[in-house]
Amino acid sequence: MAFERVLTRNVGKPEALTYKGYRQLGGYEGLAKALKMEPDAIIDEVKKSGLRGRGGAGFSAGLKWSFIPKGKDKPKYLVCNADESEPGTFKDRLLMEFDPHQLIEGCAICCWAVQANTTYIYIRGEYTKAAAILEQAIKEAYDAGVLGDSVMGSGFKLNMYVHRGAGAYICGEETGMLESLEGKRGQPRVKPPFPAVVGAFGAPTVINNVETLCNVPHIIERGADWFKAIGTDEKNTGPKLYAISGHVERPGTYEYPIGITFREMLEGCGGMLKGRPLKAFIPGGASAPILKADQIDIKMDFDTVAKAGSMLGSAAVIVMDDTTCMVRSVARLAKFFNHESCGQCTPCREGTNWMELMLKRIEHGEGTERDGQVLLSICGHIGGNSLCALGDAAIGPVQSLVKGFQDEIDRHIREKACPFPHRRYFEN
Amino acid sequence: MSVHEPASMKPSGPQQRGGGFSQAALDEINALRPRYPTTEALLLPVLHIAQREWGGWLPDEAIAAVAAELELPVAKVYGVVTFYDLYPQKPVGRHRIRVCTNLSCQLRGSEEIMETLHQELGVGEDEITPDGRCSYVHFECLGSCDTAPMMMVDDEYHENLTPNRVRQILKGLK
Repeated sequence: MAFERVLTRNVGKPEALTYKGYRQLGGYEGLAKALKMEPDAIIDEVKKSGLRGRGGAGFSAGLKWSFIPKGKDKPKYLVCNADESEPGTFKDRLLMEFDPHQLIEGCAICCWAVQANTTYIYIRGEYTKAAAILEQAIKEAYDAGVLGDSVMGSGFKLNMYVHRGAGAYICGEETGMLESLEGKRGQPRVKPPFPAVVGAFGAPTVINNVETLCNVPHIIERGADWFKAIGTDEKNTGPKLYAISGHVERPGTYEYPIGITFREMLEGCGGMLKGRPLKAFIPGGASAPILKADQIDIKMDFDTVAKAGSMLGSAAVIVMDDTTCMVRSVARLAKFFNHESCGQCTPCREGTNWMELMLKRIEHGEGTERDGQVLLSICGHIGGNSLCALGDAAIGPVQSLVKGFQDEIDRHIREKACPFPHRRYFEN
Repeated sequence: MSVHEPASMKPSGPQQRGGGFSQAALDEINALRPRYPTTEALLLPVLHIAQREWGGWLPDEAIAAVAAELELPVAKVYGVVTFYDLYPQKPVGRHRIRVCTNLSCQLRGSEEIMETLHQELGVGEDEITPDGRCSYVHFECLGSCDTAPMMMVDDEYHENLTPNRVRQILKGLK
């Protein structure tokens, strides 16, 4: 496929790590152009591009920016969501470790557009290497006058700080992240008010994912029309990173026009591991309902995946072959959601625990005939009944297991054991 | 050695150092202050610093020092510490090993990595080897699914693991 990489074009070029090298590769031209534009014109251009949030929700980035109130009576903030914790997702880490200035440039353009003078990059605590690389890049950007009292000589003031999280998936939820940034337990807030009005430290705040912000310099530099020409349709535009893992020959982060089919993506990473047949795949991280092999030709964009009953989410694609036990896989995800539920809302706190216990019981051959229905009933009690999306995320994989793989649950119950031999991966 | 007692029952554990922050740490904390409009927002960064100062975990003494430095109630600091996975409240080995066992790693053999650690170190999960060298735990997704299975040793990622590779890595830990 003839597609020129956009977001990952500097991956594999070590010079991109330095300010000078990034400049030589054409970097900061988008910011230079943006600073000559009216802030509202930037928001309009980003709206027109159709850029949708790459963190999971797929909300229009330009629209989000337009919700920030005008005027200077309160400070405004950009919080870059670099808390990448969705199981299966590792694309933002690549962007930060290999092209940190691209992110700084995207943040700076966003700040100019919404007139925010401070950016916090909230990065998950485990990403110590990415945090160190970003710190160094930010320092160089200050030294070069790209950050500080006068961004590229424009008189616009911008400070940028890396803020490390401490290991909590829920801090990827935008209001959980704000609580955590403020030095609290990362428990999501009641919305409204939305962060655009009352965000970090009570002030209007934009929260965007790393990949979303990395798209921005290119949109400004090359125009919304160029961006819109990439992708499936008007609502699914631009380049997209897909993080592919599991049973494929060459797992990794791949950049494609949004809406590439899963089949093409699979071919791009060398096909299934050892040529074994595909059984199922998760198209958008642990929160996304599982799709079966018959969906192999699905276009991997926001709306097509949603129509198929799942979600593109963070585009973390987890591939499973025919030897995979689906009960065991979903039990692991249920354990994750149980561990990560912040405990604030009873349906999520208690329901995720029950789902984990029941799935483990089924996996160990101790399930009963009615377990499938009970699981669906628990899902029904969690869905829509918690403050944030974690509860809804937790039920996605479980519902798709019961609805799509009832036969596997039945076999566990009938045979009183897991019917899939636990394969040894390594020859000792 | 089993270390399942709560930290408060170990007033003079081997890694407790006595006193508060070192001057270098205080300088580091003060340099962070202008970054935030509130003192409370310093809590996560300062807990990271405290953990480094107190040997990789947060005894009650460290929590009290953080509370005093930021003028926050101890209960408030304690509440935050208990929320996050990266703030252990009981002693850890000199090297802390975290093995990702989430789905992408499970599909690629992370359970055998856990078994290898158990065999080689001779202690269970979340216990410390008798020489104090290592402790290991399973962990949620560490964002390295394309190089599964993987583990973190202290701050470093070790990727594309095999049991033999794990043995080699362990040999290199002093």
